[in-house]
Amino acid sequence: MRFSILVNGKRRTVEEDADTPLLWVLRDDLHLVGTKFGCGIAACGACTVHLNGVPARACVTPISAVGDAPIVTIEGIGESDWGRKVKAAWLELDVMQCGYCQAGQVMTATALLAKNPRPTDADIDEAMRGNICRCCTYTRIRAAIKRAAGLPTADTREERP
Amino acid sequence: MSGENTVQQPGAQAKSGLHISRRAFLGAGLAVGGGLLLTLRFVEEASAEDALISAYIKIAPDGIVTLTAKNPEIGQGMKTTLPMLIADELDVEWKNVRVEQAMLDPIYGAQFAGGSLGTPLNWIPMQRVGAAGREMLISAAASTWGVPRAQCEASMGVVRHRPSGRTLSYGALASKAASLSAPDLDSVALKKPEQYTIIGKFTGGVDSPRVLAGEPLFGIDTMLPGMSYAVYEKSPVFGSRVVRANVGEIKALPGIRDAFILHATEGDAAVRMGLVDGVAIIADKWWDAQKALQKLRVEWEPRSVTGQSTPAFEREAARLAGDAPQSVIRRDGDFHVAIAHAAKVVEASYSYPFLAHATLEPMNCTAHVKADGSVEIWAPTQNPGPGAKLVARTLGIDAGRIRVHMTRIGGGFGRRLNNDYMVEAAMIARHAGRPVKLLWNRPQDIQHDSYRPAGFHHFKAGLDASGRPIAFRDHFITFGQSGRVASSAGLPRDHFPAGYVPSLEFVQSLLQLDMPTGPMRNPGGNALAFAFESFIDELAHAGGRDPLELRLALYGPPRVLPAPPRQFGMKIPPFDTGRVRGVLELVADKSGWARRSALPAGTGMGLAFYYSHFGYVAEVVKASVKPDGTPHVHKIWAAVDIGRQIINPAGAYNQAQGAILDGLGQALHLNITVQDGRVVQSNLNTYRLLRIDEAPPVEVHFLRSDNDPTGLGEPALPPVLPALCNALYAATGKRIRSLPIDPRLLRST
Repeated sequence: MRFSILVNGKRRTVEEDADTPLLWVLRDDLHLVGTKFGCGIAACGACTVHLNGVPARACVTPISAVGDAPIVTIEGIGESDWGRKVKAAWLELDVMQCGYCQAGQVMTATALLAKNPRPTDADIDEAMRGNICRCCTYTRIRAAIKRAAGLPTADTREERP
Repeated sequence: MSGENTVQQPGAQAKSGLHISRRAFLGAGLAVGGGLLLTLRFVEEASAEDALISAYIKIAPDGIVTLTAKNPEIGQGMKTTLPMLIADELDVEWKNVRVEQAMLDPIYGAQFAGGSLGTPLNWIPMQRVGAAGREMLISAAASTWGVPRAQCEASMGVVRHRPSGRTLSYGALASKAASLSAPDLDSVALKKPEQYTIIGKFTGGVDSPRVLAGEPLFGIDTMLPGMSYAVYEKSPVFGSRVVRANVGEIKALPGIRDAFILHATEGDAAVRMGLVDGVAIIADKWWDAQKALQKLRVEWEPRSVTGQSTPAFEREAARLAGDAPQSVIRRDGDFHVAIAHAAKVVEASYSYPFLAHATLEPMNCTAHVKADGSVEIWAPTQNPGPGAKLVARTLGIDAGRIRVHMTRIGGGFGRRLNNDYMVEAAMIARHAGRPVKLLWNRPQDIQHDSYRPAGFHHFKAGLDASGRPIAFRDHFITFGQSGRVASSAGLPRDHFPAGYVPSLEFVQSLLQLDMPTGPMRNPGGNALAFAFESFIDELAHAGGRDPLELRLALYGPPRVLPAPPRQFGMKIPPFDTGRVRGVLELVADKSGWARRSALPAGTGMGLAFYYSHFGYVAEVVKASVKPDGTPHVHKIWAAVDIGRQIINPAGAYNQAQGAILDGLGQALHLNITVQDGRVVQSNLNTYRLLRIDEAPPVEVHFLRSDNDPTGLGEPALPPVLPALCNALYAATGKRIRSLPIDPRLLRST
């Protein structure tokens, strides 16, 4: 079937089965490989993209379910204010180790800040717990979100458990 | 760690440890496109066991310096760290440095990511590469000006003639420098630490901006013209052969190009990490191949799976524990005599499960077997050399006909020291006659790993009247095949407290295991630390001793023990009990260990120390337990001694914090179980990696002892597991002796 989708502001047309996950359309049809495959069951968050500005797991989103919803991927997230700030904070704090999950982390973090520009630690936990970092860079992910938000980055959770 | 209980000159300090005994040859020449190409080649003097090491510097006329990163990047930051060492001595500005990933090539010598060896193996050699380049550029300037060399100095990419103030940039000098003979690498002077301009500075990963731009860097991102995609289905029961499969039906499915059976080529396929039996499906798109798996029907040859289940292993281990051990690892003094005279005897059994690596990038590899029989491979592998040899052997071709591109890697953790995916991709690509990207799905990745072995320890120790251990025994029930200990399933004979308790025996019995095991981040240590450092805590409590004080007493006054022989082609730093004391005292100070009795009821602190990969790490965990029994970790402190210089603080703190949280995840959740010869867990919903809401603050302190720097990918991981369990004991009085932690055991009753 032919599908016309809006990816990072560009109209793209692909020939795919209706049940093909958006992840493989992005990666193998459109060669937008910044969005990663981790688990295939929405358990790790490596494939996180924005659908209508909301984080979605591309590995379980059939292409037929996308419709006219605008899709933003890691390749396009830097165009938004929050995306730019989040990426800058990620680099400034040198968050990544292997880097494989980080596109998904940045996408989820950007959506969090767009909705909640001054997140608490609990807000960060709630928003980010679906994104696994196998290298466990969680200390810096938390700090980078706060840095992007202009909040103090010190981890003070021990004092107020 | 040295196991000999020999005291060498009390108070002696370890001096700079790692001197690589190699004769170094330096070659220079013009780079393509102009500029200096500097090639360093180290030739091992004594033996052929160590391969060549080399590095490249390329300086363009515009002053841009391109440095080659010779090792694979798995997330430990070596692609940034090693070029930093070269660049600092070369004396250029980091902003003018570009880093290129090397291909697999004998000119570079050993190319691998493992054993936390990137730093100790390369610390001096990479600096010498840079220093030699700097000396050549100075010579080129002196010769251009016709002035004595000694009047010239280099700094920040410019050579300056002091008396006249004239300057020339490296870019302008590069071609001339390339025509000069290279200095003797052993005699090039290296900077003093106070002269460093790059080493020691917070330096972001060189690939990071590209990762966040979504550029194709990882193995899974490889895209070639005319490429097809493949999946490869293997038996869920390790080592079963394919009898038949409905490949004809599969081939008829839409988008499928081919489907065929491959057979194992050598050895016992149950435990080997090479080519094992399976069915390959090749498609125009990976998703089509993946979908076809649902229709694939394979008849696997039945294989005996008797005893190959987690409950059976546990029963058999308990039975073996009561029997005489099958072998002796180490025997000091007479344990049985000593225990009979002990004032107090403590016995406990500890166990831990199999673990999968679960790198977030699933196993994958892209291969192209060309018409002329040569092979080109794009592989996310930690260990490309042995991978190329495996491919050569399996395909029956010369290893020299294989070119391996080392892609960026979405996590190694030891999984990618094995190259099974590489040989699968090559075999499938040869059959296809076109480039093929093989990608495993997550269940295949979790169910066909080289697992961290499970293990069972039956400890018995005797204390004297002062609470000091005088007798210690571990009957270790571990796994093996045909009487041989499985990969990464051994207990080193010098493992603490060997050498520190006069009467000690480490004895062993084996369970037959028909599945592959292998190294996982801090092999041995990731399991043994939990068992041993928890039991040491038990001994401290049983003897009425402070767990910190007992450890300090056991390790004794600061002294340097005899170093083991050369390993990994380098001199091994001796074990220094003063460094143990240093990190123990530092972590106690930072965590407020001495004031822990003031913590509220139900909150406790636990301590552990572990020496591994030449690094000394002590950790304290502060924890309590929620009403449902779930551990709540308030904070973790770590004190780390990996020598006098932290090369890149950006990477170092991240590695330490990440390794600690990795270990925390193992303690809390990770568990691979086996049922009838197959792994039960299949995805990240049942194999539960740590998440951000479970990650407490981690405070890391580096103790800068006067020793050459060593690696940090692994040493910070082990102590957190026992430190957590010791904290839970302090908080609840309940002792965790089996991992992962079962919250039911911690619920208040």
